[in-house]
Amino acid sequence: MLSKRLVVCLDVRGGKLAKSVKFVDTRDIGDPIAKARQYYEDGVDELVFYDITASRENRDIMIEFVEAAADQIFIPFSVGGGIRSVGDATKLRNAGAEKVNVNTAAVKRKELIAEIADAIGGQSTILSMDVRRVTATKEIPSGYEIVVNGGVTPTGIDALGWAKTGEKLGAGELVINSIDADGTKEGYELKLTRLMADAVGIPVIASGGAGAPEHLYDVLTEGHADAALVASVVHYGEYTCRQLKEYLSGRGIKMRMNY
Amino acid sequence: MITIIDYNAGNIRSVRRACAEVGMEARTTADPAVVARAEKVIFPGVGAAPSAMAYLKKAGLDTAIRDVFKAGVPVLGICLGAQIILEKSEEGNQPCLGLVPGATVRFRLADKQLKIPHMGWNEVKVVKTHPLLDGIKPGDEFYFVHSYYPQPADGKNVYAVADYGGDFCCALGYKNLFATQFHPEKSGRLGLEMLARFARWDGRV
Repeated sequence: MLSKRLVVCLDVRGGKLAKSVKFVDTRDIGDPIAKARQYYEDGVDELVFYDITASRENRDIMIEFVEAAADQIFIPFSVGGGIRSVGDATKLRNAGAEKVNVNTAAVKRKELIAEIADAIGGQSTILSMDVRRVTATKEIPSGYEIVVNGGVTPTGIDALGWAKTGEKLGAGELVINSIDADGTKEGYELKLTRLMADAVGIPVIASGGAGAPEHLYDVLTEGHADAALVASVVHYGEYTCRQLKEYLSGRGIKMRMNY
Repeated sequence: MITIIDYNAGNIRSVRRACAEVGMEARTTADPAVVARAEKVIFPGVGAAPSAMAYLKKAGLDTAIRDVFKAGVPVLGICLGAQIILEKSEEGNQPCLGLVPGATVRFRLADKQLKIPHMGWNEVKVVKTHPLLDGIKPGDEFYFVHSYYPQPADGKNVYAVADYGGDFCCALGYKNLFATQFHPEKSGRLGLEMLARFARWDGRV
């Protein structure tokens, strides 16, 4: 049986690590590769590097960054932020990323998901989505809307429909990030995560809101998530990866404990 | 010196980096003449069996791999490299290298909750001792990404299994060849230790 996964996300800006709170007021907290190596040694199951500047000028820096990370990290990691083409995805994959995350560019042109899945495989293609709660309407029946450009631009797209579309187009995994929960440290949005996880046949990584070990437990059980993504709860040293995993394992969740 | 075969099947740099991390000197090559002279070979790969076999044949690497195996050189297959060493694969109904009797088959899962590909961390359960599996304990997990797995004709060649809707072969051994369905180069410390054991292995069981 597969283990549930603890995923740590590192927001990278110009090669530095930053953590966003509700997507604003980012502050730098150190060298991302050194941090990643620390988490790797402490038992994280997977890492995400998110390029929050995501400008075209930054592309080459990001490739170099991924190569440097791959020299240090011997577990799977994915890269996201500003991936707009098959070329971007292929370069990042070849630089050492196991998977790539697409977000805004896929909303703008959904065929991008299929193109990337064809080029590097569906198992390496992650559809990442930023979701906010809205009043349910005819256009957005689930009451969850996709927002883009780092969580600031509403799209009028229903998040549940988008998740199903992403799966159909070949995405091998979904990251569901709740804008409402992100940075609150009050727990994942369980209802959203479960809605999504139950609607698709691909793994779901829950994101946004982790502040305590029980939040991870809740989203991996009640939320039906395959993986729990954390950031500030480990970046600022409140918990180590080992502590989170020991807590989850102690409560009967199958986690990778030998590392 | 480890020779890593480069046959346009996925990111082989991660294997080379993992070798470097455990202090193994390694080179990558697509040249059959270099493979033929190798002292130790890693045969990695991700992707589909038909395109991989077509590439190997075109490059003359199929013969080189068979020859180096017959010469007794230690060979480590990883993922696709653990599949196309058998006689054939169900993926595209493809005839393969035939170093080991048996076939590569697709997961047939009764439990529809289980997803294909089998992707993530899973326990590798040793069923028969082997120098490369030395030190692996119950509960040790490795990283998998695959939809097919190798099924040696002779159960004696199965050295480890993993459970995904039932046990399947995830490590096989045959003479001087050993192969894993999981990715030691992406399995953290436990995977790196396995690569270090391969560096020390003389090819004898």
